[in-house]
Amino acid sequence: MTLAWDVTLHVGLLVIAPLLLLGVIQKTKAWFAGRSGAPLLQPYFDVWKLLRKGAVYSRTTTWLFRAGPIVSLATALCAGLVLPLAEKSSPLGFSGDVILFVYLFGLGRFFTMAAALDTGSSFEGMGASREAAFSAFAEPALLLCLAILCVPARSVSLGDALGALPAAPLGLSHPAYLAAALGLFGVLLAENSRIPVDDPNTHLELTMIHEVMVLDHGGPDLALVLYGSAVKLFVVGALLVQVALPSPAQGGWQSVGLFLGGQLGLAVGIGCVESMMARLRLPRVPQFLVGASVLAGIGLAALLYRGAP
Amino acid sequence: MLGTILFAIALLILSAFVSAGLTRFDRASLALGTTGSVIACLTGAIGALMALVRPEPSSFRGAWSMPVGEPHVAIDALSAFFLLCVFVVSGLAALYGSGYLPAYVGKRRLGPAVALFNVLIASMAGLVIARDGILFLIAWEVMSFASFFLVTFENEREDVRRAGMTYLIASQFGVVFLFVLFVLLGRSSGTYDFDHFAAVGGLANACFLLAVVGFGAKAGFWPFHIWLPEAHPAAPSHVSALMSGVMIKMGIYGLLRTLTFLGPPAAWWSTVLLLLGAASGLMGIVHALAQRDLKRRLAYSSVENIGLIALGIGLGLLGQSHGNAIVSFFGYSGALLHVLNHGLMKGLLFQGAGSVIHGTGTGSIESLGGLYRRMPTTAFSFLVGSIAICGLPPLNGFVGEWLIYVGAFRGAASLPATGAVSALVAIPVLALVGGLAAACFVGTFGTIFLGEPRMQLPRAHEAGIAMRGTMLIGSLLCVGIGLWPAGVLRLVMPAAALAGHIPVGLSDASGPLLAMSRVAFVLAFLIAALALLRSALLRRREVTQGVTWGCGYAAPSPRMQYTASSFAQPLLAPFAPIIRVRVHEDGPSGYFPARASYEEHIGDVAGEGFLIPGTRRVARALSQLRVIQQGRVQLYLVYIVVTLVALLLWQLMGAAE
Repeated sequence: MTLAWDVTLHVGLLVIAPLLLLGVIQKTKAWFAGRSGAPLLQPYFDVWKLLRKGAVYSRTTTWLFRAGPIVSLATALCAGLVLPLAEKSSPLGFSGDVILFVYLFGLGRFFTMAAALDTGSSFEGMGASREAAFSAFAEPALLLCLAILCVPARSVSLGDALGALPAAPLGLSHPAYLAAALGLFGVLLAENSRIPVDDPNTHLELTMIHEVMVLDHGGPDLALVLYGSAVKLFVVGALLVQVALPSPAQGGWQSVGLFLGGQLGLAVGIGCVESMMARLRLPRVPQFLVGASVLAGIGLAALLYRGAP
Repeated sequence: MLGTILFAIALLILSAFVSAGLTRFDRASLALGTTGSVIACLTGAIGALMALVRPEPSSFRGAWSMPVGEPHVAIDALSAFFLLCVFVVSGLAALYGSGYLPAYVGKRRLGPAVALFNVLIASMAGLVIARDGILFLIAWEVMSFASFFLVTFENEREDVRRAGMTYLIASQFGVVFLFVLFVLLGRSSGTYDFDHFAAVGGLANACFLLAVVGFGAKAGFWPFHIWLPEAHPAAPSHVSALMSGVMIKMGIYGLLRTLTFLGPPAAWWSTVLLLLGAASGLMGIVHALAQRDLKRRLAYSSVENIGLIALGIGLGLLGQSHGNAIVSFFGYSGALLHVLNHGLMKGLLFQGAGSVIHGTGTGSIESLGGLYRRMPTTAFSFLVGSIAICGLPPLNGFVGEWLIYVGAFRGAASLPATGAVSALVAIPVLALVGGLAAACFVGTFGTIFLGEPRMQLPRAHEAGIAMRGTMLIGSLLCVGIGLWPAGVLRLVMPAAALAGHIPVGLSDASGPLLAMSRVAFVLAFLIAALALLRSALLRRREVTQGVTWGCGYAAPSPRMQYTASSFAQPLLAPFAPIIRVRVHEDGPSGYFPARASYEEHIGDVAGEGFLIPGTRRVARALSQLRVIQQGRVQLYLVYIVVTLVALLLWQLMGAAE
């Protein structure tokens, strides 16, 4: 009974909540700019509107173009099912799911990039190339951050690793956790095409990364793309929130509340970063991501030589 | 079991003789040779499977005596696993060859090529079951020479002959170390029989280093890899598939077999292999990204994958030297599974490359494009191979990398700090190599098969039925292992247990692997559900075809598409210090630039940086010895007299004492 309830709650959160984060980010940015901004639920309206449209496909494309949005959404949802959300286990978790979690995003990215190249547009090729480059540098940082969580837990499962975190917020229990949280924040910004790596609101194709890859998608496909990127933000954010704000209670409404509060806070934080920072020059982005890896490496060194908490 | 394998080897050799004999009848010789090798490979693969599932020790000693002992062959789990790899990948390559070679009928004689192909398979099978040093080295050299002649199949081309020489020199460089290795082992144990080989202490250290260099030259460890990017593009594609798929793995087999003689490993062995693995992985994939020739790209990617296998073996040794059987198990089983996986997927990719070259006449990635619609089966198989080789779930490549990753994570969590650091180094290396591999293969696949053709390709056509069928079987195997990894792990476990001296059944990863299959099925279900949802939504709506959005530009041309090089550029920029790029640039100048040109040549850091200059220096130093070679018989007679007198004096001195 409780298992069925847990799974329902997990799937419900994963399916419903993501678009809200986009709304919160937009609202925060509007507040910074002194505008009143679109309603909080605008992303839901956008997806609904797009789902009701027809479609136009380029004559150059093959089935891979249509597979791109679907596979990237499906992999993001799968990763969300592998990661525990505000509870101590997840519907699809297992020992070794840490690696699968990271590589599922890799699969989604592979198909997004293939869909972009499928159009034969040089702009989309450019976006795919940058995405490939930056994700290659983000992946070591993400895995090193996950290693920080796994080493003290002596486990390779996300559930165990998150469950073993000491209940002190924002990594105050051990410097390694602080490094992991900061590293994960960097990875989150890069993986979700946020400032300072990518600017989701740019208006020039030459400067975009993720947005230019999906330039040719429209209608229901664009809805899937939009929803897929929201789910990805939600899932990577969920990992960061659970590292930064480990829940003292083992499941229950209290930890769900803490988790949702954390996610909303994170969205506000992303909005603040986007309002206060400029985008990095493209050659600086790998340095930013290598910086995140180095930070995680220092955290690991602290764990190994100073002892686990 | 041994009988089945020996039967397969005999059949291979017999069919080799028959097809070599049919010099005038190319098609008949190809048909007979292929039939023989496919039947032999099927029988052999079944025999190897049986030996893995129901192991029973079987060995055979020749009753006659060779100068240094009797021939001895046997099968254990390690041999059986490598036999499985050899027979599966070779069978597919032979089948593919039967569709690939007819294009050469009338241009050259096929008989020798078919015969040597079968001899190459037979020599690899013989190598894996050999249990004495002499037989092993004979099989090793037959393998090297057979593959040399296969590489130089199109020997009227100068580049092919050069590539063949590079390969021959590299393989003979490696075998020198192997001779020393086996002589050392043989002298210390008094026989060349593997059952009695044992070495400890300083001898074990020396043997380890000799094996790493000798077998590493065949496997393609950096920096001994320089022959791979020369030989693979020169060889016909079914031969490249065989060489890259299994022949280089014979180096891995040799290394693992040697490690079983050497007793408990010293702590620094694992460091050597982890460093070699990291260097091969990173240098391999970075150089792959920089290539513009499809087969060169694939060859460098083999260097990368050999690096991943070395990382796995390194973790295995790390676990062994700390007495941690779990880490050791994951390391060795990841390495072994990756041997099989890489054979399948690199075979598939080389076959895809062969179809592209066969269908369009060029292997230059930058000239191709939009082939998906002309060659759908090739494109689909190449896509499967690309996803698999990037190590992405739910295909087979992921399973092998997953095992290595888990070994590294467990090592980091459970070993003392020095060991944990070594294990941790593997994690970012695997992640970075994985990300770069994804970039490399998305770029390759996208440039060749997606978008629009960058040049006129009027003749482009799909491959024949034999080639397509082989690629589909290969794709099916890649998907099958990915979806049911727990079953395949059962085949790997006994071999890993033998390589790492791990008690069988101590560690079992089949639970997590079953859970992994569950995720794969959920993923497939989600994809299917979303696809159905979209088609339901679009059923009654307007779906139109248009042109790709060109951002308002009025005169787009296919030449403006992103190419594989432009795709790789942002990745290569940070790695500029470790690749050798020579640029000749004549930029546009003035208000009305008339002409401009830009040329870029990618070299190999190891080859052009130090191996080739080093070899030249040695050759120059040795050429000083030519003063004694005057070409006069009288002088040579003087040398003989002087030598004899010197020997006589030496003997007399000895007798006097």
